[in-house]
This record gives sequence, C-alpha cells and structure tokens, in this order.
Amino acid sequence: MDIHEYQGKILFKQAGVKVQDGVHCKTVEDALNAYDYLDSKVVAVKSQIHAGGRGKGTLYDQETDNLVMEGGVKIAFSRDEVKEYAQNIIGRKLVTKQTGSSGKIVNNLYVEAGCSIAHEYYLALLVDREAKTILIMASTEGGMDIEEVAEKTPEAIHKIWTHPVDGLNEKDALDMADKLGLSGHSKQDLVSMLESLSRMFIEKDCSMIEINPLVKSDSGDMIALDAKVSFDDNASFRHPWMEEMRDHSEEEEVETRAHDHGLSYVKLDGNIGCLVNGAGLAMASMDVIKLYGGEPANFLDIGGGATKESITAAFGIILEDDNVEGILVNIFGGIIQCDMVARSVIEASNELGLQVPLVVRFSGTNHIEGKEVLDNCDLDVHTSSTLAEGAEKIVNLTRGEE
Amino acid sequence: MSIWIHEDSKVLIQGITGKQGTFHGTKMDEYNTNVVGGVTPGKGGQFVELPNKKVPVFNTVSEGLDETGADVSLIYVPARFAAAAIVEAADAFQEKGGGLIVCITEGIPILDMIKAVARVDQYPEVRLIGPNCPGIITPGDVGGCKAGIMPGFIHAKGRIGIVSKSGTLTYEAVAQTMSVGEGQSTCVGIGGDPVNGTGFIDCLDAFENDPQTVAVVMIGEIGGSAEEEAADWVAKNMTKPIVGFVAGSTAPPGKRMGHAGAIISGGKGTAAEKFKAFENAGIYVARDPSEIGNVLVRALKDAGLR
Repeated sequence: MDIHEYQGKILFKQAGVKVQDGVHCKTVEDALNAYDYLDSKVVAVKSQIHAGGRGKGTLYDQETDNLVMEGGVKIAFSRDEVKEYAQNIIGRKLVTKQTGSSGKIVNNLYVEAGCSIAHEYYLALLVDREAKTILIMASTEGGMDIEEVAEKTPEAIHKIWTHPVDGLNEKDALDMADKLGLSGHSKQDLVSMLESLSRMFIEKDCSMIEINPLVKSDSGDMIALDAKVSFDDNASFRHPWMEEMRDHSEEEEVETRAHDHGLSYVKLDGNIGCLVNGAGLAMASMDVIKLYGGEPANFLDIGGGATKESITAAFGIILEDDNVEGILVNIFGGIIQCDMVARSVIEASNELGLQVPLVVRFSGTNHIEGKEVLDNCDLDVHTSSTLAEGAEKIVNLTRGEE
Repeated sequence: MSIWIHEDSKVLIQGITGKQGTFHGTKMDEYNTNVVGGVTPGKGGQFVELPNKKVPVFNTVSEGLDETGADVSLIYVPARFAAAAIVEAADAFQEKGGGLIVCITEGIPILDMIKAVARVDQYPEVRLIGPNCPGIITPGDVGGCKAGIMPGFIHAKGRIGIVSKSGTLTYEAVAQTMSVGEGQSTCVGIGGDPVNGTGFIDCLDAFENDPQTVAVVMIGEIGGSAEEEAADWVAKNMTKPIVGFVAGSTAPPGKRMGHAGAIISGGKGTAAEKFKAFENAGIYVARDPSEIGNVLVRALKDAGLR
C-alpha cells in the first residue's frame, strides 16, 4: 500500500526525521491559509498523487484535456503565486513518467515551507530479495531519476545493509555518511536519520521508503524534502492505522473489488479475458495468448479457494471491460475441482448473458467430469486439453475464425 | 534416490487440527505419505483421524520430533503465526541434528520472513522450502512422499527433477513430462514470495548430485534476479540438461501479478532478461509451457538419454 507525501512526512516527524513545516490542503483556500500560517517567504506547492515524477509532470484539464501547467511541484514566492498554482493543480489531471498517459486526478495538495539547499541527495530503504534483509541506498545525485543514475554512474550509488535481526550497524551508517562526503553536523544528522528510518521501516512494516531529494541545507541540516513510503499489505493485520491512511481514490476500484472476492486481478489493454487458477499459470496463459497472436485483457488468478460465488464475480469483472471479445478459462485442478468450475462457469455465463466466445481448458482434478458437464450443457463453449490449443482457439474465435 | 525427501520420509504437520491442515493431511495420507503426527499448541494429547490411520497431536514441534522421529515438518499455520512456526521448527530440528521445513502459508509479512530465514540460515542442517509454495513431492512406486498441496495423482516416479516458483504452473510442468512418458524424481515449489528459504540454485545443486535425476525443468517468473543468478550458476556448474520457462512476458511493469514477488520494478526483473540469461547459460528454453514436454525430449536426446 502506498501513501501520500504529506502522510509520509507525518510519519517521518514522529520517527525523528527532519522535515520542513507543511500543511495538507484540499482547496485553494486551504492553500492560502497554509501560506499565511507557514509565514515563509518561499513555499513549495506540491501535487499529491501516488506516483513519482511529479515535478516534471504536466497538468491537464479533466474535461477539455487542455494543458494547464507544466510541473506538478511549484515554488511560490508570493501569496498570489500560491493561489495561481493551487488553482492550476487541484482537480486537474497530472501526467508523469510513472502515471501513464491517462494520468491521475490531483485531489490533495501539500504546501511546505521553503528551504535553502546546499546539496541534493537520494536516499532509499527497501527489501533486498537476494541479500534477504533491508538495503539502504544513497547517492550524491539527488533529485534525479535513480534508475538513470544507476545506469549512467553506478559508482555514485552507495549501499549498506541492515542486519536481519540486530538492525542497522552504526559503523555502516558512519561509513555511508563518509561516502556521501558529509562531515561534522551533517554527518551526525545523516547517521541519526538512517537510524530513525531503519527503526520506522521495521516498526511500521514498510516495504519501501524513498527520499528524493534528501537535502543538506545551508546550515548543514539534513532534511527530507520528499517522502515516498509503501507498506507491506501482508502486515496490515498488526497496523489498524494503515486503513486510515489508505486513499481509495488512488487505487484501481476494480482491483480492490476483485481482492474482496479473493481474486487477484490486473487490467490490461487486450481483448481476450483470462480466468485462471494460480498466479504463475495466469501469467503463462497471458503469455501464450500473445504467442498465438492475441492480446490478453487481464491477469486473473482465482486462487486455490475459489467458489461458485467468486467465479461468478470473476466473470462479471472480466466482462465489465468493454474491450473483451472472448474469454479463456484455464484450470489445472489441484485443490480446485474442474467439475465445480464447469458448473460455476455455466451458471455465471447464464446469469450474465455471456455474448462472447468462451474456451475452457481443464486439466488435473476431475477434468474428465468437468469436460462432461460442459459438453452436456446448452452453452456455446469450446473445450481443449492443453493451454496452447485453448489459446489458439480463443484467438481464432475472436477473429471470427472457427 | 531423490532430493531432500524420499518415499518413506516421516512428516509432521504444524497446524494439523486446522481446516487446511486436516484437509491436506488427509490427501497426503491417501497418497501413502508417512504422516506421523501434528502440532497444535494447546491440543497436545488429541488425535487426528486420517483415512489410513490415527495420528497424535503434540503441543510443540520439539515434542513431536522426540516422539515420532519426523524428518520433515510441514506448516499450514495462518500467516500471522507462520514465521514463528518456522522458527520453532528450525530450533527443534537443530537440536535433533537437522531436518526439512516446508511452509505452504501465503501472505506472511516480509519482515517476519527476513528474521525467520536468518534463523534457519544459522543452522546448516536445517532447510526451509517456501513460504507461499505448493511444497515438495517425491513420487514413489505406490503413492509417495507428498509434503504439500499438489494433486498427487498427476505424478509418477521417474528421472526428471522439477523446480518452480509457481504452484499450478508446476503441475503443468509435471503434466508435460508425463505427456512425453517421463516421471519425476522430486518436484520442488520454492514459492513466489520475495524472501524465502530454498532457492533455485539449492535445488539445481541437489539435482546435479542426485543419481536418480537426469534432467531438470526449471520454471521462473518475473521479479527479482533469482533466475539470472541460477543461470550463471548453471553455466559454471551444471552438467545435466535443463529446460526453462519464465512466466510473465506480457506482464506490465510496476504491477504485482498475484505473487508478492512477481513485479517488474525499475525496469528490472522482466521475463525477456530471464529468458536471455537462460539461453546464454545453455538452458533449453520453452516459450510456451505446452512445449516443455517436446523441448525436454530434445534435451534428453541431445544428451543421449533417449
């Protein structure tokens, strides 16, 4: 689960990480009040969306799609500028490198006191899958896209790892400060920041913390000017506050609804809907559809505990997508029994008035019984015994070929 | 031979009195797996009725090992308690000189897994498979040892080793070997979580050293770099032929595809990169899982095994 920058900064403050004063705003009036309250000559007016690249993004009008403003993060030097920027941001569509061309509507704004910047750094904490512990990664090339830095100047990225049980070693933190060329007060500041962030990462079950840029101010303070924080959804049971921080408007409504039915669904751009048991097999089904010249409309794993209800819900979700011109059901029965799936598929198709071609591939537990159920029903359904054959059939059917 | 478990391995089930534990314990017993008991704290002294026998329940893994001499502990404990169950099993096995832990549970917090894996790694004689996996199976002459949730009946004893991150895609690989008349030595599902116990290389190394195994099918998926590292290892160390497939060629970047670990992030972890690493390492690549059988036949023929 991702949260907004303004929420991340509340957590930073609690953890003892230095941030500038700032105010979360929903309206232009809020933004003006924030400017008055902050009493700072310079303020940053920042779009709040769950995607990076905001500064270099572009704002468009929701209805006309006309360009409104370049840059989703603006530095304002007066009350009038705050007003102008807030008007240009709130309710607009922000398109960044990470949002895709459809962009995201900005419903939240953060107005933050300005800060004198001596140097910009990059800092991130994340789970290193290979090292099986937390990786702390920093670079002197702040404000830039880290992937670009990794590609062009990998030597500018410094890494340390926490101990899986004992946490961050102070010596490693000091070492990191040296590598970033920090000394005196700034060095102490960074070490204490790394300690605070490591503790927060574990206490809050984070999956990532990214600060880009982390800045050294003219007076040598190390300040988090950005905050990108994600949490491990698997740990939400021990953090009831996570639900309060969740911004549903930032999440794909249909994916959330699928999740509530025990389904794992991701919408794609193709025309062939897929309903599969197991994540690996679901991906493989998409891949094979593509190999046979089709385009998958979605990833959908119905999971091992699928029921008649969840399969009906899955059909409904697939058919909500107007691009869908055919459906491939691919089941390798383990715990799931193919005949149960067959009966559910028939029921769902009848209930939803299925209008597009349907190919079902069964293998594993009760696949013969499952095929019999389908062969003896009134539904126009094609069956196949392998994934390749099923994929080929559905691709041909959506093209109007038998 | 086979790897890590053999036909007669004794299996203890942590969480045996729960719905999943009882259901799969029953399926395992039906497959002739030697289920010797279970563990549920507070329910020690009870018994669980399986189709072929009645097995005792213990309060702790340590007690269960003492009483049954089990060499495998299989975990069906809910996610929030699963990491503690792994640690308990690891400590208990360490005292007895080693053993195999298989954790089926999906949805364990990643930071819990970091600590649990660190504990297991302290004990060279203790191995963890999973979590979020279908388990491990060694088919025998009649049934076999099934420490997991896979459908037993699709397997047959043979000479192909299988290792996979996925559940149902492993079954697909099994069916593919069967379609060309080959059985399996051992099939290992290593799971789709970002932080887990046994990895590809552990499995490949074990298969390389297993006389029963003559070739391996390896199934990867997008996310992380385990496949690339395995390919590197294969190029340097593996003499037996490998057939490889990677799921997720059509997955969009930045989206989690079901498994917690199946995500392309920052342009890394794509199927294209993994396929390329496989090819560079001399692995026989199947682009379509329905082709695994045919590619396997080609690999076996090239090696003079068919």
